[in-house]
Amino acid sequence: MKIHEYQGKEILRKYNVPVPIGKVAFSVDEAVRAAEAIGGSVWVVKAQIHAGGRGKGGGVKLARNIDEVRERSSEILGMRLVTHQTGPEGKIVKRLLIEQGMNIAKELYVGITLDRGCSQNAIMASTEGGVEIEKVAAETPEKILKEYVHPGLGLQRFQAQKLCFGLGLTGDAFKNGVKFMMSLYKAYEATDASLAEINPLVITQEGDVIALDAKMNFDDNALYRHPEIVEMRDLDEEDPLEVEASKSNLNYIKLDGNVGCMVNGAGLAMGTMDIIKLAGGMPANFLDVGGGANAQTVEAGFRIILKDPNVKAVLINIFGGIVRCDRVATGVVEAAKNVKISVPIVIRLAGTNADLAADILKNSGLRFLVADSLKDAAEKVTKAIAA
Amino acid sequence: MSILVDRNTRLVVQGITGGEGTFHTKQMIEYGTNVVAGVTPGKGGTMYSGNEKDQFKKPVSVYNTVAEAVAKEKANVSVIFVPAGFAADAIMEAADARVKLIVTITEGIPANDMVKVYEYLKVKGVRMIGPNCPGIITPGECKVGIMPGFIHKAGHVGLISRSGTLTYEAVWQLTERGIGQSTCIGIGGDPVIGTRFIDAVKLFNEDPDTHAIIMIGEIGGTAEEEAAEYIKKHVKKPVVGFIAGQTAPPGRRMGHAGAIISGGKGTAAEKFEAFREAGIHVVESPALIGETLERVLKTSKNVRQRRISLRLRKRKTVKAKKTVKKVVKKANTKKPIARKKSKKR
Repeated sequence: MKIHEYQGKEILRKYNVPVPIGKVAFSVDEAVRAAEAIGGSVWVVKAQIHAGGRGKGGGVKLARNIDEVRERSSEILGMRLVTHQTGPEGKIVKRLLIEQGMNIAKELYVGITLDRGCSQNAIMASTEGGVEIEKVAAETPEKILKEYVHPGLGLQRFQAQKLCFGLGLTGDAFKNGVKFMMSLYKAYEATDASLAEINPLVITQEGDVIALDAKMNFDDNALYRHPEIVEMRDLDEEDPLEVEASKSNLNYIKLDGNVGCMVNGAGLAMGTMDIIKLAGGMPANFLDVGGGANAQTVEAGFRIILKDPNVKAVLINIFGGIVRCDRVATGVVEAAKNVKISVPIVIRLAGTNADLAADILKNSGLRFLVADSLKDAAEKVTKAIAA
Repeated sequence: MSILVDRNTRLVVQGITGGEGTFHTKQMIEYGTNVVAGVTPGKGGTMYSGNEKDQFKKPVSVYNTVAEAVAKEKANVSVIFVPAGFAADAIMEAADARVKLIVTITEGIPANDMVKVYEYLKVKGVRMIGPNCPGIITPGECKVGIMPGFIHKAGHVGLISRSGTLTYEAVWQLTERGIGQSTCIGIGGDPVIGTRFIDAVKLFNEDPDTHAIIMIGEIGGTAEEEAAEYIKKHVKKPVVGFIAGQTAPPGRRMGHAGAIISGGKGTAAEKFEAFREAGIHVVESPALIGETLERVLKTSKNVRQRRISLRLRKRKTVKAKKTVKKVVKKANTKKPIARKKSKKR
């Protein structure tokens, strides 16, 4: 799960990770009041969307007086912010973060995430802060320092010190840097985060070490033990069809192709999307109906897929192992009667009771294109979208 | 022959009295798996033969702990159907009881729990398959997991996959062509798993009864690349490989927690490239896995036969040459060394 920057900073503050003084604002007036409450003479107005690259897209601006806070806020609030992570359609800005300005001396990078290669959490630091860290990793990997964290013992002080020496910190900045990293790891572990990324991490002229930005993602599997984080979910940032699907316990991801698909199992769903592409179409979605595909889930799946106006055909691919194909077929027939279907439906059911299922589909009086293998299904999809 | 599970497997089911545990225990017993015990804390000392919906063919002894099941029933493999919140604990209990293999079916275990479990298993030296996986099956002998038994057929192809239903699809394509499997392993779709591609590939490579290997990967991580590197160096058996998720966009989790392209890494294109470099027969369509393996087996058989016949022919010509030489040598000098050499041959 993703959250906004201001929410990430709220969490970090709880774990004694230094962050700038700031307030969230949902309107221009609130933004002005926030700036007044924060005080000082320089503020930063930051768009809050679930995507990176906001500065380049014009979503982060400096204000040197209250009038400028008002101006910048009204420019950013409601704008369609396009960054390299939002896609060309961008995202509408509905929340702002107003923060105090900083005397920045240095911009660094620190991030914590799971390293799958060795099944341990890794903390990474780099002197190349404020830029795309993927680029640094690809072009100058020697500039990324890495420490693996022992799963039982947590991050050790000497590891944080190694990183801070590596970053060239001295004096107060070094001491504060070590404290920062220790606290950041605590926050990461205690919240079951899957990513805690501070880019940039700034060293101020006063020697303070502060998280100027904060990106935190959380492990969906662990959310059940963090109700306070679940509350931070912002449905505005998610695709409405995906939100609807999650209500029916369907795992749906909207894509921009023309062939909808409904599959049981994530791997087979991805494989089916690949088949669609090889057949000359493009998948309109990822949809895993899970292990218990029945009439309700199939109907909910149909409704969601067909709401996407780009869909020209639908491919249903179910491999019945524990799930019986005849039950799925009955579900498909019932669902098709309840939902108005105007595009060709290719169905491939294999495994347990597949022959019974084929009979049910054939005798339903509905016009399904029944495929008897994955290869046959691909060919039928090609024909369906060409017609 | 097979790997990890066979006729000698003595299985203990952790979470046997739960809905999932009951349903799949019944299926496993019917397949012929030797289920020797169940574990449900608090229900030890009873016999369990299923619920109203699913009745076992024979009752199973239930114990409070895995250690008891190991001590009393000599259980050597454990399968876990315990809910996600308690699964990490159940895995560590099984490892502590020194079973030789743990198969974790449970889906949705927090990654941080698994990081700790992984370390624990390393220290204990116990192998785990999963979590979030269909399990492992040696057709005709032993099924430990949730895969439908009937789609399998005993034979000589080893199959490793990160997904469930896609594995069934591939197995079905083989069985329909009359090609049997030595063992099929679903290693699971999570970021932290006990047995990786490379581990399973090593086992299949060492198993004389496995003649070819199928690897079904997914986007995300670099486990497929790691295995490809190993195959390039050490594996002579033919390998067929597929990667699901060629059309997946970056930054989106495609169902499995581990199936996500992040920071431009873990794309299908990269993995296919690594496969090709390692000499793995790449299949771009999941519909063609069985067909490709069949072709590869035929050509590799032809290659093998051609090699053998070439070798035979070579040997014959060498022999012929040597006999000529020998005759000449014999004619020239009658030294005993030449005779010795020919004896050796």
